[in-house]
Amino acid sequence: MALSTRSNFAKPDDAFRAIVEAHHGLNDEQSADLDAALVLILANHIGDLDVLKEAIALAAQRMLSASQQQQQQQQ
Amino acid sequence: MALTKTQFGYRRHPDQDRAGADIAEHAVVVVGAGPIGLSLAIDLAQRGQSVVLLDDADRIGEGSRAICFSKRSLEFWDRLGIGQRMVDKGVVWSVGKIFHGESQLYQFNLLPEEGHKRPAFINLQQFYAEAYLVDRVEELPAIDLRWRNKVTGLEPRNDGVVLTIQTPDSAYRLAAQYVVACDGARSSLRQMVGAEFAGQVFEDQFLIADVKMTAAFPTERWFWFDPPFHAGRSALLHKQPDDIWRIDLQLNRFSDPAVEKLPENVRPRIARMLGHDKFEFEWISLYKFQCRRMGKFIHGRVIFAGDAAHQVSPFGARGANSGLEDAENLAWKLDRVLRGTSPEPLLDSYHIERSAAADENIRESTRSTDFMAPNSHQEARLRKAVLSLAKETEFGKRMVNGGRLSTPSIYETPLSTADGDSWDGGPRPGASMPDAPVAGQGGEPIYLTDAFIAAGTGFTLLEFSNGAAAERPDGLGTIRIGGQGGLSDAAGLAARRYDAEPGTAYLLRPDGYVAARFRHPTRAALDAALARAAGHI
Repeated sequence: MALSTRSNFAKPDDAFRAIVEAHHGLNDEQSADLDAALVLILANHIGDLDVLKEAIALAAQRMLSASQQQQQQQQ
Repeated sequence: MALTKTQFGYRRHPDQDRAGADIAEHAVVVVGAGPIGLSLAIDLAQRGQSVVLLDDADRIGEGSRAICFSKRSLEFWDRLGIGQRMVDKGVVWSVGKIFHGESQLYQFNLLPEEGHKRPAFINLQQFYAEAYLVDRVEELPAIDLRWRNKVTGLEPRNDGVVLTIQTPDSAYRLAAQYVVACDGARSSLRQMVGAEFAGQVFEDQFLIADVKMTAAFPTERWFWFDPPFHAGRSALLHKQPDDIWRIDLQLNRFSDPAVEKLPENVRPRIARMLGHDKFEFEWISLYKFQCRRMGKFIHGRVIFAGDAAHQVSPFGARGANSGLEDAENLAWKLDRVLRGTSPEPLLDSYHIERSAAADENIRESTRSTDFMAPNSHQEARLRKAVLSLAKETEFGKRMVNGGRLSTPSIYETPLSTADGDSWDGGPRPGASMPDAPVAGQGGEPIYLTDAFIAAGTGFTLLEFSNGAAAERPDGLGTIRIGGQGGLSDAAGLAARRYDAEPGTAYLLRPDGYVAARFRHPTRAALDAALARAAGHI
């Protein structure tokens, strides 16, 4: 697996806060736009399609489990 | 509680019989006999100062309140002669677990290595800590503890402060060269000097309940995000002595405190959490997080410490512990200034070091609070992503913030001498001394923190032997490791934790923080570092 999921920041809280604060004062649509730009910038920085695909797969698992939960609730 | 004295009597003091301008003069008056004021008074008394300690009540406060006391606080209390008593009564812990919903996300160990005298934390009700501190105060004739003495007036002078004090008999006045205000978050002395207490009050409300029950939960800190028994919010479970359990529950922003606090409303929540209702309430309290600090901790001859100077939210054990760090930071400096062995500006370093520590504590506890109670839709969404990623990734686990627990600050301070040699570890100047196991001359196992206490209450040179001892300034305590007459470091842990080679020396401040370090100290370098650390430069 090429994607690193180890903790790479010396202070992970600093990174989390930086992202949260980047959204400060934005409405929902602006936040989504910011995230989209951020994703493209970071993807380009990584510059490795295999890593990007693994990252997409890992992130997408959440959508999968969320829709499964919804289905279970509907049943 | 039965064996612990918590009620004390008012006694009239001869100072109260002085009339008119003929008022008693004291070197130091400490206001507030909570854990910070008591510890500060003991430290000052052990250094040879006479201390008047005033408290407006005549009893130790009720409720457990602060419960987590850190390794650093225990090491300070060891120097005050009461660390062991606290540890003997307290519940020792170092492991925390974070849960999300039904499942455990991860667990952390705050002290994963062996060879430390004190554990990462003990849990102990604040009233026990205060009662043990009062017992120690009563052994020290240099401390004059006056209950039901309420400060009602404060007049600054160039060379001191005149206080007006109300007692059950009548009001009286006394003069002090220095007053240290340890009178808590609602400090009346802070109002008397007209200081601001600026910061942030969080909207979310938290409920604390201490319940008595016998349970087989391990002695670990358990924190839940969105637990099944308290959907959508957070919860904390922590063990205290006497089969008391601390439970914190996040409430919603709009809950009515008076209603939420009623035992009949608290009981079902806790029963859901525990899965039974075989428990009794010891204490219920409701609070909002507040993060605030004074702009300056020193106002003329009035110095502020503990919650009076800074207030943080409680997740992270940063309240009482940071106040105790204030006390250990201030005591030696105030003692030296009163003796005239250091100039008065040494006290400025108290403000520099401890206000930076307060900022760090406020930053950390604000982050934890924000993580528990996100402020916006987007922040909640990011938190949801982190909690979800934490199940499968290490980086996600590390980003989950269920309260980062207090660790001593590293001071950026004019008292430190910058490293001139090259180091690959060990505590840098401004950091507190790490502990390590060593052995005395008879082979008896002790710790470096024991050796530090035995070396006296002043500056201490910790040296790793390399032939003859370095030529040193007078009056410097010594801890010598290796060589003739030195402590033995058979396991090599002291050397490893200090990145030491033969000849390495650390100059330690009286509060156990590193002032300077050298691969091969010269007399001139030691003199200069000592002068700097004592505020002469």
